[in-house]
Amino acid sequence: MEPASRLDHNHELAIKDLPYIVRWRDDRCKRCGKCTAVCPMLSIEPAVVVKRVVQSEGGTPEPKSIRYVTTIVKQTTNIERYCIGCATCALVCPNEAIEPEYNPQSKFNFHKNKGGHPYRRGGRRNDPQPSTLDRLRFTRISMLTDPALDAGRHEFRIRTYLGRILPAEDLPLKMVNGKLEVDKISGKFIPPVREIYPVMIGSMSIGALSPTMWEGLAMGITYLNEIEGLPVVMCSGEGGMPQRLLKSRFIKYFIPQIASGYFGWDEIVRALPHMIEDPCAIEIKYGQGAKPGDGGLLMAHKVLKLISEIRGVPMGVDLPSPPTHQTKYSIEESVAKMIQSMSMAWGFRVPVYPKISGTRTAKAVLNNLVRNQYAAALSVDGEDGGTGAAYNVSMDTMGHPIASNIRECYLDLVKLGKQNELPLIAAGGIGKKGNLAANAAALFMLGASAVSIGKYIMQAAAACHGDEMNRCNVCNLGKCPRGITTQDPKLYRRLDPDVVAERVVEVYKSLDVELKKIFAPMGRSMELPIGMSDGISTDDHAIAERLQISYVC
Amino acid sequence: MCRLAAITSNEYFSPIENITALETMKEGHDGSGMGLILKSLGGEFEDLKDYPILSGICSKEGMKTLDDYMNKLGFKLKYAWTPKINPVKGIAGRDHYFARVYDYPDVYKDKPFEVKEDLLLKTRLALRKFGENDESIIVFSFYPDIITLKEVGDPLELCEFFSLDKSPLKAKLIFAQGRQNTNYAINMYACHPFFIQGYGSMTNGENTAFVPIREFLISRNFPGYIGYNSDSEVFCHILHYTCKQLGYPLTYYKDVITPLKQKEIDARPDSETIRLLKTSLRPLCIDGPNCVIAFTPDGTSIMVQDAKKLRPGVVGGVKGKYGLMSEECGLDSIIPDRDKSLDVFPMKYDMVIVKPDAQEVIVWNQLHG
Repeated sequence: MEPASRLDHNHELAIKDLPYIVRWRDDRCKRCGKCTAVCPMLSIEPAVVVKRVVQSEGGTPEPKSIRYVTTIVKQTTNIERYCIGCATCALVCPNEAIEPEYNPQSKFNFHKNKGGHPYRRGGRRNDPQPSTLDRLRFTRISMLTDPALDAGRHEFRIRTYLGRILPAEDLPLKMVNGKLEVDKISGKFIPPVREIYPVMIGSMSIGALSPTMWEGLAMGITYLNEIEGLPVVMCSGEGGMPQRLLKSRFIKYFIPQIASGYFGWDEIVRALPHMIEDPCAIEIKYGQGAKPGDGGLLMAHKVLKLISEIRGVPMGVDLPSPPTHQTKYSIEESVAKMIQSMSMAWGFRVPVYPKISGTRTAKAVLNNLVRNQYAAALSVDGEDGGTGAAYNVSMDTMGHPIASNIRECYLDLVKLGKQNELPLIAAGGIGKKGNLAANAAALFMLGASAVSIGKYIMQAAAACHGDEMNRCNVCNLGKCPRGITTQDPKLYRRLDPDVVAERVVEVYKSLDVELKKIFAPMGRSMELPIGMSDGISTDDHAIAERLQISYVC
Repeated sequence: MCRLAAITSNEYFSPIENITALETMKEGHDGSGMGLILKSLGGEFEDLKDYPILSGICSKEGMKTLDDYMNKLGFKLKYAWTPKINPVKGIAGRDHYFARVYDYPDVYKDKPFEVKEDLLLKTRLALRKFGENDESIIVFSFYPDIITLKEVGDPLELCEFFSLDKSPLKAKLIFAQGRQNTNYAINMYACHPFFIQGYGSMTNGENTAFVPIREFLISRNFPGYIGYNSDSEVFCHILHYTCKQLGYPLTYYKDVITPLKQKEIDARPDSETIRLLKTSLRPLCIDGPNCVIAFTPDGTSIMVQDAKKLRPGVVGGVKGKYGLMSEECGLDSIIPDRDKSLDVFPMKYDMVIVKPDAQEVIVWNQLHG
C-alpha cells in the first residue's frame, strides 16, 4: 500500500519541533523584504499564498467568499534552515511585524543530525541555569570593627602577576650596607613576570573572529593600556597575528597562542628577528573548556586571503587542529619541549604557560607544572567556556565546572606552599549571566590569580546574540549576523571596529569600578584577594562544603 | 579597637605604667583580656638572662603534666615566679599563673643558640598541644629574658588581681594590650601581644587579608606558624619570617606588609629587590586597617601603619624612655614632660624605629628606602 506520508506531510517537521517560532504579523508587515533578505539562515522566505475571506457589503448580510493571492513571510520547517532566534529580522523590521519566539517544547536535538552529521555549533553550553559562580555571595563586610573602604576615594590596586614567581627563599639577594641587592653574579634565573589587569581577554583567533571584531578588541585593549593605564592583555587564539602587529610596540599587550595545529607560527617565527618588543606571554593550548579533548576546525569557507596569509596556509582549505599535540606523548615531554623551547625562543624573557580544559585530572597537570621552573602559570578553562565551533554533545555534556576545579587546584598549591608561585588563570562561563565583576572576584577568592573572558566580551562589546537558550550560536557557519565570527565581508562590514573598541574600554572601566565596589566593603584594596575564601559564602550546603567556604541562609 | 601601650626605657620600670596608659586610653568596656610581654627583665630575673623562661597558665593537673614533660626532656627548674593572686570580683582566676626559669638539658648546654631556640619552640608547642582540649596547660612563651602574662578582664582589675602594683617585677621593654569587647568566646591564645623566637607584636584593627596570609604562613612548614586564634598573630609571624627566616633587615618588614606601587618602587635605590619582594611575598600584604607595634630580639621597637593609615598610633618620649601607644592620651599619662612637638604620628609610608634602651627614634620612610 502506498504510504500516505506524501499527502499529509508526515515526514516533515512541524513548526513546534523547532527551537524558535517566527511570529509574523500580517497586519503590520508592509512587505519590504528586509527580514527575509537579512536572515542568516534563510529560515524565513517570502511566499505567495491564496487566501480566502468572507465579506459582506450592503444593508443586509450577504456573505461572499473571496479568494485572493497575497505575499506572506513564511518560516521553513527544513531543519537545515531552522530559525536560530537571532532576531536580526526584528532588528531590521520597520514596523515591528516580526520576531522569533523561543519554543521550550522544541525537539531540535532529536532531528539535527541530517546525513548522519551530529549537530555542530558555536557558543557555549546550553544551560540557562545560574552557574556556581552566580550562587556565591560576598559576605565578609567590614562594619564598625574595621572601617569599610571608599571605592570612589581610596586608592586601589587591581593588578595581578602573570609569570612564575620565585619563593622568597630562592631569590638571589645579598646584603650590601644593610640593604638587599640582587646578586647578579649568582647566575640564578629569575623568571619573567608581567603585572597585568586580572581580567584578561581569552583566546579567540583571527579566523574564528572576523577581522573587524579582532581589530576592535585589539584597539580597545591598546587604548586601555596606553590611555587609561589599565594593563589589560589579550590572547591571540590559535592562528597567528598580523605581521604589522607582531613587529609593533603594541605586541606587549598580546599573548600569542600556539595550539596543536601550529597555525600562524611560521609567520611568527619569521617575524621574531624584527620584533621590537616581547609579547606579554605565550599560551600553549592543550585544551578548551567548551570542547575538552577535542580539536579545532576552521572551515574552508572561512579561510580567505587574510586568514591564509596570517596562518601561512592556502586559501579555501579546512584547517583542522588535532585534539592533542601530535608530537608529544607525555606531560613531561610537553613541558620540557614546548614550554622550555618557547621560553628559549624569546631568550627566557617571556612567560610561557599552558591552557587546559577543566578536568578532574587538572591537579595532575598542576603537580607537574609546579615542579618546572619555566612553567609561568596554568590556565584552566571550565565547561561553560565558549567556542567558535564544536559538536553540541561536547559543549553540552563534556567538561568540568571552573569553580571547584580552580578551588582544588589552589588548595593543592596551598598544601605544597606554592600558592604564590604558579598563578592560576580561571576561565569558562565568567559573566555568563552578566555578572562579570562578581564572578571574577569570586574566582579570585577561590584562588585564581586572574580570569579570562571570551563570550562575555563578544556579548558586551559587539552585542553577540548567542545565549544559553541556543539563540544564534552559528559562529561555526560563518553566518554571524553581527559580523563577529565570519569572514564574509558582507557580514563583517556590519561591525564597526571603532564601536567595538569603545565598548571594550567602557566594559573594562565599569568592571574596574565594580571590582572596587566589591573589594572596598571587604576592606581589600592594595592586593587582589586571592584565596580570601572567608569573604564568600553560598546558600547551598553542598557547594559550600565542596569549595570549603561558609554556608549562609 | 584594641588599646596598645608599649614602653621602652633604659631603666627598669613596672608594668603598672603600661596599665595606667591602657586605663587612660580606655573608652567603655575593656574587659576581653589583657596581655603583657616583658623583655629585658629586672628584679629577680636580672641574673637569669641566659635561661629560658616558660610563661603560661596551668590547672593543677596541667602543672603535673608540665613538670613530668619538662623533667623528661631534661629541663631543670631554676626559679619559679608566680604572681600574688588577689581575688577580684568578676575575674575567674585559674590554678597557676607562672613564669618558670629552666636550665637547658645537659646535651643542649653547649649547642649554638639556634639549636636551643628550636628546642624551646618545639617544647612550647608540645606543651600547648597537651592542654589544647581542656585548657589544662596554656603556654605563651618559652624564651630567655621574656615573660608573658595574660588573662581575661579589665586591665586595671587584672593589675589588682595579679598584685602587679606591689610586685617587684620590672623590665626595660614592656608591651601591653587591652582587648575590647568584640570577642566573647575568648581564647587566651587570641590575646595580644604575640611572641615567637625573640619577636613580639600587638596590633589594633582587623586583618582583612587574614585567610590568605594564614594559609601562606602555615604552608611555610615552620612548626611555630600555628594557632592563629587571632587574625593579628600573623603580624608577629610575618616579622619573624621576614627578619629571622629570610634574614632581611628590619625595614623590609614594611615593604612586605604594605608594598609600594610600581612608580614608587622605581624611585627606590633598591627598586629591583623591592619589586621581587613584592611579587614573591605577595600573600603577606596586610591590606587592612592596622597599626602594628612590634619588638625584635635586640630590643628594638617599631610602629607601622597600614597602607591607608586607618588606625591611630603615636610614638613619643624623652631620650631613655619612649612610649609607642595607640592614643596620645596614653602617652601623656606616662611621659607628660616630653616635648610634644616631637611626637611622631607615623603615616602610611613610615616605620618608627626606637632603638634598644630608648636611645634614639628613627623615622624610616618607605619611599626613600
